[in-house]
Amino acid sequence: MKFSIYRFDPDKDEKPYMQDYEITLEPADRMLLDALIRIKTVDDSLSLRRSCREGVCGSDAMNINGRNGLACITPVKGLREPVELRPLPGLPVIRDLIVDMTQFFKQYHSIKPYLINEDPPPETERLQSPEERAELDGLYECILCACCSTACPSFWWNPDKYVGPAGLLQAYRFLADSRDQATAERLDYLEDPYRLFRCHSIMNCTDVCPKGLNPMEAISRIKTMMTKRTI
Amino acid sequence: MTVARRKFDAVIVGAGGGGMRAALQLSEAGLKVAVLSKVFPTRSHTVAAQGGIAAALGNVTEDNWHWHMYDTVKGSDYLGDQDAIEFMCRQASEVVYELEHYGMPFDRLENGKIYQRPFGGQSQNFGGAQATRSCAVADRTGHAMLHTLYQRNVRANTQFFVEWMGLDLIRDEHGDVLGVSALDIETGEVMILQARATLFATGGGARIFSASTNAFINTGDGLAMAARAGVPLQDMEFWQFHPTGVYGVGILISEAVRGEGGYLLNKDGERFMERYAPHAKDLASRDVVSRAMTTEIKEGRGCGRDADHLLLKLDHLGADVIKARLPGIREIAIKFAHADPVREPIPVVPTAHYMMGGIPTNFHGQVVAPYKTGPEEVVQGFYAVGECACVSVHGANRLGTNSLLDILVFGRAAGNQIIEDLKRNTHHKHLPGDAADKALARLARLDSQKDGENVAQVGDMLRKTMQAHCGVFRFADLLKQGVDKISEVAERVKNTEIRDKSRVFNTARVEALELDNLVEVAVATMVSAQARKESRGAHARDDFPHRDDDKWLKHTLYFSEDRRLDYKPVRLKPLTVESFPPKARIY
Repeated sequence: MKFSIYRFDPDKDEKPYMQDYEITLEPADRMLLDALIRIKTVDDSLSLRRSCREGVCGSDAMNINGRNGLACITPVKGLREPVELRPLPGLPVIRDLIVDMTQFFKQYHSIKPYLINEDPPPETERLQSPEERAELDGLYECILCACCSTACPSFWWNPDKYVGPAGLLQAYRFLADSRDQATAERLDYLEDPYRLFRCHSIMNCTDVCPKGLNPMEAISRIKTMMTKRTI
Repeated sequence: MTVARRKFDAVIVGAGGGGMRAALQLSEAGLKVAVLSKVFPTRSHTVAAQGGIAAALGNVTEDNWHWHMYDTVKGSDYLGDQDAIEFMCRQASEVVYELEHYGMPFDRLENGKIYQRPFGGQSQNFGGAQATRSCAVADRTGHAMLHTLYQRNVRANTQFFVEWMGLDLIRDEHGDVLGVSALDIETGEVMILQARATLFATGGGARIFSASTNAFINTGDGLAMAARAGVPLQDMEFWQFHPTGVYGVGILISEAVRGEGGYLLNKDGERFMERYAPHAKDLASRDVVSRAMTTEIKEGRGCGRDADHLLLKLDHLGADVIKARLPGIREIAIKFAHADPVREPIPVVPTAHYMMGGIPTNFHGQVVAPYKTGPEEVVQGFYAVGECACVSVHGANRLGTNSLLDILVFGRAAGNQIIEDLKRNTHHKHLPGDAADKALARLARLDSQKDGENVAQVGDMLRKTMQAHCGVFRFADLLKQGVDKISEVAERVKNTEIRDKSRVFNTARVEALELDNLVEVAVATMVSAQARKESRGAHARDDFPHRDDDKWLKHTLYFSEDRRLDYKPVRLKPLTVESFPPKARIY
């Protein structure tokens, strides 16, 4: 199978280049990550992040034939050849397929991604009905792989100012939590021409999310909350 | 060569559930903490835990911590230390409520309380009816917990060193621990992180087996660092083989599937667990189920063309239950086994999953080792929690959902112990001039090695050796050959070569260093397993099929420098309640 992979090692390369590989896959090589590990046994300098190999840790996000995805849950069979692999777009490249995610996590941290409830906690659990808890489905499952934010043109333009779909999905995860008391504070922070309103409903985020989540919908729900409170 | 040095009150190596629970305790107490992690914290392997956290909340069926304690002692095949087990089970409800207060999105019952499901080995009333004790977030409990703990640490301003790998433990001439040397993976720089308290929370090492549910990062780094620094490893012969890894892939299918009512079938469509565990059936302890499955396969009742796996049936639960309670499992089965469990069973096989052994500690998280005063003298400045530690609450076999509990309880306990100890130890001890020399020598050897061994090939040989010689059932001749073979692997590991010499994010270098660690864990396992001439929990010997409490009711201690074995007694005396004396273990 043929691959064309983005290579750049700042320790020795002046500029990035695409390197071709041709390998024979074994029957056990089902996912793209298996193929990359096979390539790495031939060329140990190919650098990528990976860990759980089952789509829950979010390490191996990359641009696969022009589309962001996780290598470990992308079946290698059926990929157009040569399979073109590039680092996630819009973030600085550290090396090969490894990007610097500082900006991405900075945006995630900016929305205060933790429950805020200043009441003294009860002896046991805070109660939450199954219906209230169901509001968090499709939100808490985010694995912070950055496929969505790095597929978003608004994030490419303003990664320092626009929170981006991943951060906004988590902002909504806490806005939607019946136990959280910081709704006003959270909305105040997001009421800004960039942080929230740079979203132009392009939908790339929802389109590429490897976990099938819908950041686009979460963003529009935040906007609805914002509108409602001004009335 | 001079190596940069930074000072902290405490250094934590590993940012999974245990490391982050401890970090939270320390950060909230205002201490200066550095948390090192090979991966971004939410990518740690806690993220892959599925089924739940054990705590006798009694939200569904009547329950209490004493019953939970009994189940854990029995599950451990009486090798668990009963003081530590009492400590853990007593605190379970509190740490789970605390996690809920942090924002953990637990599933809920109609009355708004935390949802609980049945799990293997959990009973009411000391071995009576099935208990419902596992607190769950669908089948993504570990993911939800790891993210919740990370989020709480963001709030507490914990300082993370992301993509840093611990290289070696630093001890002074008294054996006191002073910190670690570590590699900044992104820049290739080595640094000494000096601390008044060093906590290892580096997770497991089941990557020593070819078929493993574990993430690539689970290479036993903390164990190897401890072993290289002269700290013994405890009970390394005990590895849990999870009954249900996806056939041919190894990915975990949670016991929650059986907790919700799924069951195993052989090629005749027989629910064979009824024969092996008439009472608990598919919810018997994991060691029991894995042995039954292996026996079914060995006796020709396996499924598929090669009769080498079994089937996990859950379609009878109905699409609604599967989609609501087991959505992650369904996703994994469809992607990796091409089977939608709503309609068809999942092909599964016992798969290496969890290391019961580890760095010996007491229930305060302090590392203990034989020195002058006895077998359990505290190693000053050194702490360990979670899978890398051996408290021992899991003994010879861990119960499902006790691992997430373990990391919460002992992460918090170690944090509290460190806070207390640091009140007395107010100054950093003198750092020897050669503190980083061992680590630097290892890196220099790797960089200059010519005509050496291929890391991937030697790693493959290591994993195949462990898989073939130290699996679910263990045989005298295979163990004996296994010791020779793994020694040969260990020799080859000394000469590994990497072609990539870059300083920047050199993953070839990281993998070679990980192999150094894997081989420590593998040798410790094989040597300890060969020596234990009985069957207990997950250690099942063909030639010694029974538990032998007269000779073997004791913990193994393995010393890396001369591969010496020592033993120490099991703590049979709990903190406040009566001891559970060993008896026949029937499910």
